Amino acid sequence: MSAVPGTPDIAYAAPKRRHPVATFLVQQPLGAAGLGVIVVMILAAVFAPWVAPYDPLQVDYVNILAAPSAEHWLGTDNFGRDVLSRIIYGAQTALSVGFLASILGSTVGAVIGVTSAYFGGRIDMAIQRLMDILLSFPIIVLALAVVAILGKNIVLGVDVNLVIAIGLPMVPKVARVVRSAALAIREMPYIDAARTAGFSHSRIIFRHIVPNVTAPYLIMLTAFVGQAILLEASLSFLGLGVTEPTPAWGLMLSGSAIGFYQQAPWMIVFPGLAISLAVFAFNLFGDSLRDWLDPKLKL
Amino acid sequence: MLRYIVQRVALMVPTLFGVAVLVFLMLRAMPGDITDVMFRAEGGGVPEALIQAERQRLGLDQPIWVQFGRWFWGVLQGNLGVSMWTGQPVTYEIAIRLELSLQVAIMATILAVLIAIPLGTLSALYKNTWIDYGIRIFSIAGLAVPSFWLGMIIILFLLTLFAWHPPLTFTPLWENPRENLSQLIWPALAVGYRYSAVATRMMRSTILEVLQEDYIRTARAKGVFERLVVVRHALRNAMLPVVTVIGLEFAFLIGGLVVTEQVFNLNGIGKLFVEAVTRGDNTLVQGLVLLVAATFILVNFAIDLLYGLLDPRIRYR
Repeated sequence: MSAVPGTPDIAYAAPKRRHPVATFLVQQPLGAAGLGVIVVMILAAVFAPWVAPYDPLQVDYVNILAAPSAEHWLGTDNFGRDVLSRIIYGAQTALSVGFLASILGSTVGAVIGVTSAYFGGRIDMAIQRLMDILLSFPIIVLALAVVAILGKNIVLGVDVNLVIAIGLPMVPKVARVVRSAALAIREMPYIDAARTAGFSHSRIIFRHIVPNVTAPYLIMLTAFVGQAILLEASLSFLGLGVTEPTPAWGLMLSGSAIGFYQQAPWMIVFPGLAISLAVFAFNLFGDSLRDWLDPKLKL
Repeated sequence: MLRYIVQRVALMVPTLFGVAVLVFLMLRAMPGDITDVMFRAEGGGVPEALIQAERQRLGLDQPIWVQFGRWFWGVLQGNLGVSMWTGQPVTYEIAIRLELSLQVAIMATILAVLIAIPLGTLSALYKNTWIDYGIRIFSIAGLAVPSFWLGMIIILFLLTLFAWHPPLTFTPLWENPRENLSQLIWPALAVGYRYSAVATRMMRSTILEVLQEDYIRTARAKGVFERLVVVRHALRNAMLPVVTVIGLEFAFLIGGLVVTEQVFNLNGIGKLFVEAVTRGDNTLVQGLVLLVAATFILVNFAIDLLYGLLDPRIRYR
């Protein structure tokens, strides 16, 4: 049905445009696998009360240290609590602390990095020295110090100070990467143009620079979720992170768990597998995201 | 060269001073002090006068800048103060544990290098084959497995197979090398796996980059054996970033040791650090943090100097 007489009836085949998410899934199968695991974990955490076969806190003295069976798939611990249910509920802790810490750390780091690059000069010098100081601490030492100083501050079931302690070590790393990205952008002609047009600093930063550093920001954010989960587990293991009775993976491995090595190895094997799988999935996803968005970026 | 070294050393001073100030202030910002842990935890039956006397003895009643001045003046003279908990000099507390931690760190580094260089090279040379995929999965897993859990699994394994328990006491290397190595190889393995993973990934990506260089093509074009191309031309040039990663991870190894020493019941620097933090032993924490930061800065410096040796194109002035 041609509108103009005489013109041939051509059905234009619209170029097949895949959704960016679909392209990612096709081009990065390993990343897609990681994403799959992450989605399953998020669903398990959100719907924990329906997914978990038992109450994670329910003590059952009849079934203490029960081996994995049809009733308790992953066995029970020294209080008779179901290990599988505790792992499922533990995902809530791991994911909420992991995401929050990573978002906090990367965002603060990105703001510092952009500010440092944009203003340059003395401000840049001062900020960079401070970041150097933070970088000279091992991650866990920095986190331990913050935990020791701030103590606990639980808001809506999440220990805010723990999130700060885990997010802080990421700040200097993100700041450094974002700063170098922003430095390159600062020299672009369109920034000069924006300055000449008399735009304010905040407008140039937020409208012209920030959108151009989102790729490194997103890459670092995802890369750090796994690290944050690992750090939370380490701190909880040392007794300085999440505390009983909250189910957390690191906590399940700490304290009395060591005493039941031989009697109940499932108490040790499964929570560690959960941590490893979660971190593995985030690392896989983060790596693929980097390959896809910005293969040259060095973390 | 000499001028460069002097400049770098001069730059270390403000960084270390910054670390010292930061740690000191952070520790003092904490509510309560060591006397709370010492006396108040014990049922609260200790008279207030005694607590005040103890605070006075430890100098905790002085204004914060006086405390800092006294401590920092000592640090400048190489005196890190006295542990508030044990009453022993901080340098002594560190010295008796340093040997153990250092040995584990060195063993972990050797293991990591032995694993990373061949695996990283193979992974790069066989890019996108099953060898590469296998090695990459092995190394990504190394970043995911918590070292303390790996330590527990190793113990579990040794316990069921050989009825081996982590010994309660530490045997120094020169007293009984076999005993010592059989004790420390496991924690070294537990931290070394992660360490090797970081280095393997770096090795792979730098080899891949170097293989794109013109001089590799030249070498191939003039008919050099592929093995020689890899060993003489690619490996040598790929070593720089790998050396950096190995050095930085070594400096940060104390972090990995914090949890691993706990698992293997080793009385090293990491365990001391956790104890100092939980007890509120400020002088000890300050001393340890300074030690860690100084190690990091010195290792960084050493890496930069090593660059000049490894790559004659790099000159410092």
